[in-house]
Order: sequence, then structure tokens, then C-alpha cells
Amino acid sequence: MIGFIIRRIGQAIIVIIGVTIIVFILRHLLPGNIARAILGIRATPPAIAAFNRQNGLDKPLPLQYVTFLNQLLHGNLGFSFKQNMTVDAIVVHDLPNDIVLVGVSLVLALLIAIPLGIVQAVRRNKLTDYTATGIAFVLYSMPAYLLGLLLIAAFAVNLRLLPAEAPQASTIGGVLADPSGLVLPVATLTLVTVALFSRYMRSSAIDSLTQDYIRTARAKGLRQSAILSRHLLRNSLIPVATLVGISIPGILTFGLIIEQLFNFPGVGLAYFNAAVNGDYPVVFGITVLVAVATVLGNLIADVAYAVLDPRVRYD
Amino acid sequence: MTDITAEARPGATPEGGEAIRHDAGWRMILRAFVENKLALAGLILVVAVVLFCFVGPFFYHTNQVATNLLLVNEPPGAKHPVGTDNLGYDILGRLMAGGQSSLEVGFAVALVATVIGVLYGVISGFFGGLADTILMRFVDILLAIPVVYLFIDLATEFKPTLLLLILVLSLLSWLGPARLVRGETLSLRVREYVEAVRTMGGGSGRIIIRHLVPNTVGTIVVNATFQVADAISILAVLSYFGFSLPPPTATWGGMLENGVNFLYDGYWWEIYPAGLMIVLTVVAFNFIGDGLRDSLDVRLQRR
Repeated sequence: MIGFIIRRIGQAIIVIIGVTIIVFILRHLLPGNIARAILGIRATPPAIAAFNRQNGLDKPLPLQYVTFLNQLLHGNLGFSFKQNMTVDAIVVHDLPNDIVLVGVSLVLALLIAIPLGIVQAVRRNKLTDYTATGIAFVLYSMPAYLLGLLLIAAFAVNLRLLPAEAPQASTIGGVLADPSGLVLPVATLTLVTVALFSRYMRSSAIDSLTQDYIRTARAKGLRQSAILSRHLLRNSLIPVATLVGISIPGILTFGLIIEQLFNFPGVGLAYFNAAVNGDYPVVFGITVLVAVATVLGNLIADVAYAVLDPRVRYD
Repeated sequence: MTDITAEARPGATPEGGEAIRHDAGWRMILRAFVENKLALAGLILVVAVVLFCFVGPFFYHTNQVATNLLLVNEPPGAKHPVGTDNLGYDILGRLMAGGQSSLEVGFAVALVATVIGVLYGVISGFFGGLADTILMRFVDILLAIPVVYLFIDLATEFKPTLLLLILVLSLLSWLGPARLVRGETLSLRVREYVEAVRTMGGGSGRIIIRHLVPNTVGTIVVNATFQVADAISILAVLSYFGFSLPPPTATWGGMLENGVNFLYDGYWWEIYPAGLMIVLTVVAFNFIGDGLRDSLDVRLQRR
């Protein structure tokens, strides 16, 4: 299994290098000249040439790529000329907010989706199952911003119970000090994540239910509650690590949409504002970051599966 | 070679029987619709939405090009069953027009992505070895790039045409089918009938087109259905961020984005009808995909 893990890590490294190449090519292909974006549309050609020379943008592309990669390896995602700060500083500043938003939503989503999947599996093809499946279907098919919008319309506009906007404090402490503003963004992200997870959890629990050890437990005369908690729940937990790992890109995309909708001060909103303002270093820095998170998520999913489930053997 | 044996032993049809096998594949899909209530419900919904969007305008005439500032934000009434928006467009008529572009994009993307994905996947799986490794790492790389993020960036640069939108969405949607078909091909290419074709002098092209692709048709059809749902869904998200067809072309996502501005004014008819259409259509395609998957017993990694 050590061999499998090493091979898998090697693959991940190749994929990450590939991602940086593609992002680098895109940066040079996409319309929107960096020098023009910074110096304005009336910049003179000499000024643009001077800017390019100063920032190494006049060097051959392969050389620029090597510089780019070298910077990335040193943990340097780039420098935002528009905001006059490093992309790292922007990410470090906003990341704690994201960890709160994504972390809380993820934990809540798992706490809902795992028991829900087991209940659905046990009461398979009964009313409870159909209702839950139907709701999950609708949530899954609904664009995330539409769900957020419905929640805003209901709880902020009509009932006036909760604010429609996330807390706007600049520090994580300030954001946490205003929990009522966190309710709607967290609820939206939780619901879409539950929709993402629940169908998977249901079929995984149904799979476990047909296994021999459940029948053995039944034959021993174990109570239903003991079977569910001791055998079914535990075995249904195995795919959770995989599920979370492979869901990372989806969750980050939902996160971006939700941050934009609720004006939540996270990395996603920083990305959105940078895209709107033509702040390319931030755009590409965060793109690389999300891609790396995706690759790491897949890697963790595969390795966790191999480690957690002793039945899985790789040679 | 009768249909019954062809169905009883899928994939075991010898050379010369592909036509029947192919036929049986499509008949299998038809039967799946009849037997599976979920797929049937989805199909009926899709047909209803298609009729509404493409046939509806023949019976319900509205002007979806010229704005009418004398008729803005009218609530639903006798003349405008679902009201008008902030530019005076009749919303019922706009739902039809927006549905046309959304469905066109959805179907076109599913078609293009499926064709690219199937060919890529089958070639990768069939030839295997180093070629397969390189082709699949390339898919992994593209899959790791956050698509929606990139689109938001694109949205700030330019407004796409219908063709460009379809092209860009397709180029990012073929990765799923490529992986699935490659996986199927890996198990199909060692079957006896492939060996038989080879013995009889059939080339790689013949094996791929006449044998491998037809045998993955279940996977392909189920995945294409999900592709339509995903394309419509992504289009709605992108419209919301401004990456969409330029006005006066309507899209459901664009209508929703426009309506959001009037959330606090209580103009609900400018928001919810468009949202409802998106959800109905995407749910319908997901129903079909799920139903077909269960009936055809296709194992998909996705979901």
C-alpha cells in the first residue's frame, strides 16, 4: 500500500504542475493585458514596455513560467498591483472566514446527511425515503444562488428575522461576534452540501445493509438499534472521507457563489472582486490555490479509502 | 441471432450481429422509459417544457426584442398572465424565449461533449499504456481547474455568442464522459468478440466504431442526460454572474439575475417563474438520468 500511496502522490504532483502550466498559458491567452490593466487605457507604449521590463513580462514565456513556478514553490502566489499587497496576504486575511463558513457547513452537512442516508436506506422505498430523495433532488437541481435567494426572501425580507448580509467585520473575531449574519450563508451551503452527500450516503448505506455481517448480527439476535449504530453506521462512515475529498471542488464553487450572494468576506469574494476589477495576479493566484486544493482533496480521498478500509488492497 | 439472446448476453454478439445488438440497445432504453416511473415522469416534464418553449410562442405572441417603458413591472393580470419585467417584456413570453436558448445550449453542449468525450475515452482505453496515462493525466489536470471561477473571469472580458458559449461549455464538459467511457473500454477491449474481429483482420478503427462504442451506449446515454441537466444548471449560474448571451436574447438565468434587483420591491413574478423553470427542467433531466441508470444498470462514478 505504501507503493500505491507513493505512486498516487507522484500523480498528484504531475497534475499540479500541469495545472500551473495551463493557468500560466491562460494568463497569456486571455484578453486583458496586465500592463494595460494596471497603467490604464491611456498608458503610452514606452510606459507599458517599461512596466513589462520591470516585472519580467518581456522575457520569453518558458522563462517566465519557470519564474512563476519558482515563486509558487516558495509559497508566493503573486502580487496584486491594484491592491498593492501580495496575494498571499489577501488569502491569509480572508481564509479564516472561509474555514468558518466551509468548516461549519461541512460538519453540519455530515451530521445531517449520514443519519439521513441510514434512515433512507432502512426505510427504503417508503414515504420517508421518497420525501427525502425528492427534497434532495430539488436542492441538487437548484442553482445555489437561487436557494440562497429563497432563504433571503423568506427570512430576511418577509420575516425580518435574520440579516441578508454576512458580517462585514475585517477580522475573524468580528465575523464570529455577529453569528446571526452567519446563519443564512451557512444554512445555504449546508443544504446544498447535504443534497450533494445524501444520495451517495443512501446508496452506500443500502450497500452495507446487504452485507453478510448485518445478516450475522441479525441472526445473533442483536437489536435493530445496535445493528444500526454499531455495524451500519460505522461501515457507512468509511466512504465519508472519500466523499468529502472528492466534493472539495463542488463545495468551493458553491462557496464562491454563496460568498458573492451574501457579500461574505472570504477568498471567494476576493476572487470575484478581483475578476471584476481585472486584478489578474489575484485571479490566477486563487485559481492555482483552488486547483491545488482539488488535487489534494482527491489524493486524500484515495489514500483515506485505502487506509480506512482494510478490505481494499492495492498491489 | 435473435433479440432475446442479444439482450440476455449483452456484449457477446459475434461479428456481423452489431446491427441487431445496436437495435437492442436502443430498444432497451425505450423499455427503460416504459418501466421506470421516474424516467417517464422526467420525460413527460421535458416534453412539456420543450413544447412550452418552442411551440408556445406560436400561440402566445409577444415582442421579446423591443422594450416598452410604458409597461414596466406590471403585476400578473389579464393582459400579462405572469406580468412584465423592468423593461416591459412580457414574462410568460420571455420564459419561452429564455427556455429556447437554455435548452439549445443544454442539448448542444451534451451532444458535443459526449462525442468528444466518447472518442477520447475509447481511444485512451483501447490503446492503453503510455498513451492512456498521458491522455488521462491531461483529463485530471483539466478537472482540477475550477471552471466556474474561470468563467467569472471571462464574464468580465466579453459577452459570448450562442455558438461560442456552446463551444466553451462543451470543451469543459467532455471530461466526465471521457473518464467513464475509458473505464468501460478497459474491460470491453479484452472481450472475445474484440479478439475475433482482430483475428478476422478488422482494424482498430472498426473495433472502436462498430464494437466498443455501441457497447457503451448505456453509459453514454445516461451520462448525456446528466450533461444536459448540468449544462442548463451551469448556464444559469454563469448568467447570474453575467457570462451569458447579450440582450435582447433571454435566458432563464439572466431573467433571474435581473429579477433579483427587485427582491425588496416585492416583484416576485420577475424572480420565481424563471427559477421554477430552471429547477423543473434540471430535475426532469436528472429524473431521466437516474431512472435510465437504474433500468440499464449502468454503474457511473458520478453521484
